[in-house]
Amino acid sequence: MLTVSNVGRVFPGGVEALRDTSLRLAESDFIALLGPSGCGKSTLLRLIAGLDQPTSGRMIWDGRPPAPGDIGFVFQDATLLPWSTAEDNVYLPLRLRGVSRGEAVPMVHAALHRVGLTGFETARPRALSGGMRMRVSIARALVTRPRLLLMDEPFAALDEFTRHKLQADLLDVWKEAGCTVVFVTHSIYEAAFLARRIVLMTPRPGKIAREMPSSLQAAAETRLDPAYATFVADISRAMQAALTS
Amino acid sequence: MRWAPALFGLLALALWEAAVRLLGVPVYVLPGPIAIVGAFAADPVGLLQSLASTLFVTFAALAVAAVLGGAMAVAMSASRLAQAAIQPWAVALQVTPLPAIAPLIIIWIGQPFLALVVCATIVAFFPLFASTASGLASAPPELNDLFHLYGARRWQTMRLLRLPAALPYFLTGLRISGGLALVGAVVAELVAGSGGFASGLAYRILEASFRLEIPRMFAALVLLALAGIVLNYGLGAIGQAILRRRGGV
Repeated sequence: MLTVSNVGRVFPGGVEALRDTSLRLAESDFIALLGPSGCGKSTLLRLIAGLDQPTSGRMIWDGRPPAPGDIGFVFQDATLLPWSTAEDNVYLPLRLRGVSRGEAVPMVHAALHRVGLTGFETARPRALSGGMRMRVSIARALVTRPRLLLMDEPFAALDEFTRHKLQADLLDVWKEAGCTVVFVTHSIYEAAFLARRIVLMTPRPGKIAREMPSSLQAAAETRLDPAYATFVADISRAMQAALTS
Repeated sequence: MRWAPALFGLLALALWEAAVRLLGVPVYVLPGPIAIVGAFAADPVGLLQSLASTLFVTFAALAVAAVLGGAMAVAMSASRLAQAAIQPWAVALQVTPLPAIAPLIIIWIGQPFLALVVCATIVAFFPLFASTASGLASAPPELNDLFHLYGARRWQTMRLLRLPAALPYFLTGLRISGGLALVGAVVAELVAGSGGFASGLAYRILEASFRLEIPRMFAALVLLALAGIVLNYGLGAIGQAILRRRGGV
């Protein structure tokens, strides 16, 4: 789907956020970008989204470059329009593409249903819990049926119970939607549970240290699987080694 | 708790009246509340008509300031060239004292009502302009990124993100500018004197002071203060009602 080829990003002022980073995203992949703060995870995500431009290297898309709606983005905060209902927030990407409300309503309701928010269409963000707001944000990202879903630490601000539930639900949504997911996190547990491939990143400057494929089942029960604990330990050791080398 | 301001006001009025009477203060130096009420009762229609005249100027100036301030803030938000062109002049307008330029405006414009509205607009303009401009820039960067990601056109970002984000700021500016428009109208009337509209409350204050009708002067002042309070609370209530209708944000 996308090849990130020797990409670097130096911000004005000379801060080198990313150096010589290469990565390949395949269709229906689920990748976790894992690393401590300041290792360029979010910068790489913004470059993939086209929200920022690399100062070196190239982003090479297979086939046509992404059109508006081909990429869904979920931020760390739900970033909803506070004056709009859940339904209107999910409708937003379609509205910006000129889709009429009548045409969009079935798609909007399907997206809200997919994230378990049927019945909350007319609720405004302030009436929803943090977890529900994040679900609206995920529904908004999914409503255009994106080829690529980019998620920037979306569950970092949630409590552990809500986080576990949303992680399991995200796996179901991913399997159902079949899109490629790039998930930024600094939680080893989260990366091990969710991703099919974990990309370890190290800071100053940000770069990819190692990729680790996962053989775990993408399902809620995985959390109770002893292999999950072993994989977490493997990632921890690899991360430790990458950070000290 | 709710009645505390009213009770405090009544107590202050009682003390004022008592002090004036006990100390034998002449009415042309400081009239007591009863004398002020008496002055109002002697000509309620005249004073209320003057109040209406001042409020007419105030509301006209507030409406012009709202349209101009809002439109210029939107223009500034939409174009860097407009920002570079408008901002220094807006600041210059804010720091220029009205009494210094009001006589010129009155001479240049000639028509008294229009001149007073222009003067009051100058005072009311800046809070509306500045607060709306802040509101237009207040949307979180992530939402701006989201609109960019979904290929939003500039007018779509303005209509669906920036303008709704600016609404609470605009309403706050409107509340502040309401009081300032009243102050501007009064100052302009004072500067214009008999060359102005000759019917506003400020003109009545001048007239009463020339005739040493100090209780009537105070009655006009009290009316002005009450009008300012009602304007402030009224605009605040309208703002809250508008925000409540769209979900309290």
